[in-house]
Amino acid sequence: MENTVEKSRMARILDSDIWHSFARSPVAIISSIVTLVIIFGALFAPFIAPNDPFDLVAIDLMDASLPPAWLEEGDSRFFLGTDDQGRGILSTIMYGARISLFVGFASVIFSMIVGISLGLISGYVGGRTDAIIMRIADIQLSFPAILIALLLDGVARGLVPKEMHNDVTIYVLVFAIGISGWVQYARTVRGSTLVEKNKEYVQAARIIGIRPGTILRRHILPNVMGPVMVIATIHLAIAIITEATLSFLGVGVPPTTPSLGTLIRIGNEYLFSGEWWITIFPGAALVILVLAVNLLGDWLRDALNPKLR
Amino acid sequence: MKLRHGLMAAAAAAAIAVAAPAVKAETFKYAFQGNLSSLDPHSLNETFLLVSLGNIYEGLSIYDDNLGIQPGLAESWETIEPTKWKFNLRKGVKFHNGNDFTAADVVFSWQRALSEGSDQKVRASKIKAIEVIDDHTIIIETPAPNPILTSDLVFIYMMDKEWSEKNNTTSATSASADNTGNYANLHSNGTGPFKVIDHKADVKTTFDRNTAYWSKIKSNVTKVEFTPIKEAATRVAALISGELDLVYPIPVQDWKRLDAAEGVKALAGPEARTIFLGMDQSRDELLYSNIKGKNPFKDIRVRQAFAHALNLEAIKKKVMRGAATPTGLMVAPQINGFVEELNTPYAYDPAKSRALLTEAGYPDGFEVTMDCPNNRYVNDEKICQAAVSMLAKVGVKVDLLAQPKSKYFGKVLSSGGFDTSFYLLGWTPGTMDSENVLSSLLSCQNKETKTGLFNLGNYCNPRVDELTKKVGSETDQAKRNAMIKEIFQIVKDEYGYLPLHQQPLSWGVSDRVTVSQRADNGLDFRYVVVNK
Amino acid sequence: MQSVIVMFTVGLIAFSMFRFVGDPINNMVGQDTSEQERIELRERLGLNDPFLVQFGRFSLNAVQGDFGLSYKYRVPVSEMIAERMPATLELAFVAAILSLAIGIPLGVYTALKRHSFLSKLIMTTSLIGVSLPTFLTGIMLILFFGVVLRWLPTFGRGDVIELGSWSTGFLTASGLKSLILPSITLALFQLTLIMRLVRAEMLEVLRTDFVKFAKARGLPNRLVNFKHALKNTLVPVITITGLQLGSLIAFAIITESVFQWPGMGLLFIQAIADVDIPIMAAYLVLIAFFFVMINMIVDILYYAVDPRLRADNE
Repeated sequence: MENTVEKSRMARILDSDIWHSFARSPVAIISSIVTLVIIFGALFAPFIAPNDPFDLVAIDLMDASLPPAWLEEGDSRFFLGTDDQGRGILSTIMYGARISLFVGFASVIFSMIVGISLGLISGYVGGRTDAIIMRIADIQLSFPAILIALLLDGVARGLVPKEMHNDVTIYVLVFAIGISGWVQYARTVRGSTLVEKNKEYVQAARIIGIRPGTILRRHILPNVMGPVMVIATIHLAIAIITEATLSFLGVGVPPTTPSLGTLIRIGNEYLFSGEWWITIFPGAALVILVLAVNLLGDWLRDALNPKLR
Repeated sequence: MKLRHGLMAAAAAAAIAVAAPAVKAETFKYAFQGNLSSLDPHSLNETFLLVSLGNIYEGLSIYDDNLGIQPGLAESWETIEPTKWKFNLRKGVKFHNGNDFTAADVVFSWQRALSEGSDQKVRASKIKAIEVIDDHTIIIETPAPNPILTSDLVFIYMMDKEWSEKNNTTSATSASADNTGNYANLHSNGTGPFKVIDHKADVKTTFDRNTAYWSKIKSNVTKVEFTPIKEAATRVAALISGELDLVYPIPVQDWKRLDAAEGVKALAGPEARTIFLGMDQSRDELLYSNIKGKNPFKDIRVRQAFAHALNLEAIKKKVMRGAATPTGLMVAPQINGFVEELNTPYAYDPAKSRALLTEAGYPDGFEVTMDCPNNRYVNDEKICQAAVSMLAKVGVKVDLLAQPKSKYFGKVLSSGGFDTSFYLLGWTPGTMDSENVLSSLLSCQNKETKTGLFNLGNYCNPRVDELTKKVGSETDQAKRNAMIKEIFQIVKDEYGYLPLHQQPLSWGVSDRVTVSQRADNGLDFRYVVVNK
Repeated sequence: MQSVIVMFTVGLIAFSMFRFVGDPINNMVGQDTSEQERIELRERLGLNDPFLVQFGRFSLNAVQGDFGLSYKYRVPVSEMIAERMPATLELAFVAAILSLAIGIPLGVYTALKRHSFLSKLIMTTSLIGVSLPTFLTGIMLILFFGVVLRWLPTFGRGDVIELGSWSTGFLTASGLKSLILPSITLALFQLTLIMRLVRAEMLEVLRTDFVKFAKARGLPNRLVNFKHALKNTLVPVITITGLQLGSLIAFAIITESVFQWPGMGLLFIQAIADVDIPIMAAYLVLIAFFFVMINMIVDILYYAVDPRLRADNE
């Protein structure tokens, strides 16, 4: 009975309000188009990219460091120029975005699920459970994400057969970045939960015997979603950037299949030498992607917030 | 055979004396990617540390700016028997604290270099005994005839016995917990042209000119400031902005930028370090390959195919920006024993390479994992990437495992059980003599005789081992070089290693100063001049 | 008591991690050093002992403030950390002040004037700043202000003055100048986070009944906005700011290595490269200590700011 009521309300929101608000917001429309284009380009890179940067047979070192096609010495095969190994920048961006997006989304979703659940439980149940969860959070926070990833990477390398290392790296990264991010969600959700649970309506709901799970989901969760969305959007950027930093420390994706972050990291070495295209284009792609996702997140938060109506 | 060095010493002294002595205060600031981990001259056998400390401490012989051996704290020497050398110590030399340098200090320093925490035992054990004739004459006995003893002596630095005893630092500083006598780790007292006045490891080290130095030097610098800067981009920025006078190494791709910028330039030269690829040739099955039950690298045709698949010119042009010297030999031209006619690289011929692989039974190639450091040599990871792509074109699928040097070395060296199938490594013989390469890289792995311990793929040929042993004790240079040449010929014919190139020295220098770039990537303050 | 357990656990986890970082011996000796000597050194350092023995020895010494000798520098790690701590704390402090001093006003402004063009511009540009990896932002700043304009130093702390055992860069012109670029680089991330958080919370609170009620009562907008609304946004802001203070210190690692800032982070990243286990262990335990302290303070502030929370703990 309860479920059907809830479902129909969700359906109502999706049908009318969100769409309505979306249609009225040019920022939301533009950023979702940009995000979709990047996701599309990433997903279908193998079919639409001008060349395959991961195909070692096709890339030629003699094509390395060519400037974009419209400049002198540019090559029409490589519209945005080539990197230090002779890979086309445009193609590497498309393939790199694929990897970055996967690592970013997968790890954000992972840490959101872990963080929100633990935060709700911690804040609502309180007492010993709260103490234990928060202490685990403290311990976890004491470790910069980079270290957690180093540790997990090492453990994974110990557990996984040697010849599979390159294949599992990306999942290790998702797990490592995801695990290192949950605390932020948990702390924030807990903080808000502490406030919410003392409010009259929650106490009233408790008194009339609504189950804790339902209270959490229907009354508390919507109220903590604002800060969570703010964190999630920024966290996506952090996840992608952490991935780049990890590559820098030697536990990221293999250099033969670079992510967007890795491309920027590699290009970073060419900032002084005048080969700006190696870093500027992937950097611009990253900024545009993160910006679009963030703006979308902003809008989504406002649209989801029942109090705005 | 007798070697007389007296004349040479006089000539060197005369050449140096031409330069004007320092009068005005001139500060020289420089940065390097690594740091001065210790001031103890016996604590770590690392080129950067030893060369830097060479400005404070000195050995009986010293290198000049071309890595030529010059008399240092010994004025002259002669071999009186194949295993006995007589050294005449320089008179009137004083340590920074004013103490006189005498034979007792030599004996003490040698013993300290053999003490437990010392990392200079290899060098110090080239001396069997020291006999003191008088305060300024000693006789050094070697365990076997050693034609290159004076090269080994360059980096056995002389410390003051009295000072060390007073400060309870009579054994080398080590990291073990029971070590207390680490005074020399943070303090110094040498005979060199500069002395340390402030030392914060990994932050900054300040040197002052030693006005009582025993020789006239070219430098007019009165104060030197050293800062370690790890990030290449930060180093380059600090140089261009004029905050520093010298930074090294700089990325080879930044040469253009430096030459375009005002007041700075790139200073390049060939380094004595040879970069090469090695292959596991001893296991019956490779650790990292899809070929099971046999080891493709045991087949000379496969090694040959690899050699011909590599385009060294492309690596030179694109990865090293023209700054490398492609090589066919495991030693650089600066190294004693270098053979010009063997230095032609294996020819780039992918068609031949594919044919050889087919002939060897791998028409579709095979898979193998390559180990590569990513922060050790100039553009190391990029070289590996390029090699991977070149090998892909002849059908060999290489998985690249590029790691920071601590992880890389932990895996591939003997401590990690030579855990590799295919790898990239670089090597500079510390003595500037081929013998070090023969025994470390080309001899069969043998823990008893401690040879071949850096021969990670265990390339092994008994004839090479036999010759290497003879080279170690042969004092006739011509005979010795003939044997070295024979070894290099064998290794080359057997495709034992795949030499790539000598990497460049790559320094960024301000026009404010003139420096001398040594082939071991060392900076000797003696040759630093602030231009007027 | 809890804090002790936290730190003990951190130590344990950190310690078990070290085995994967690499082999310290290779970084402690030169390439010519023989296998035999390497084995002896390993033995002397106690690296061959069982894991628990090593950990037990470490904890026992650590409790007494002794983290052993650095493998690389051969000096007591506690001394090294003490020498480096001021640099990191000063950097983190300035960065925290910067991000609060700019982040909160911008957050309030963008919340109050959420439809103005300037607000939207601020929101958008703030995102560009955080969309770049820190190392790239740092390099760009160096390139522009250090190399092109030559206004600010490109590396290091400048001249420092020793006040007892504390070395400060606050008292010299070059020290202050050197602080500018690294602290901006470090603050950029937190600034955006705080700004967006303040804005989000402000918007929430402004919609609540008591604010509407206050406005309806005719209280001046300014008073409502700052006295009532802002105060109520502070709970999550304190949480995040507190947590960020800790991560400022942790994230200083990257900023410090870009600017060659001689702090603990640089020491630590160098220690990873050198597999200098005593430094790594000491740093991690210290960071854990900072976090535990910060968390405690945050919890206390919670109760101070939001009286409703007190009801729970009577």
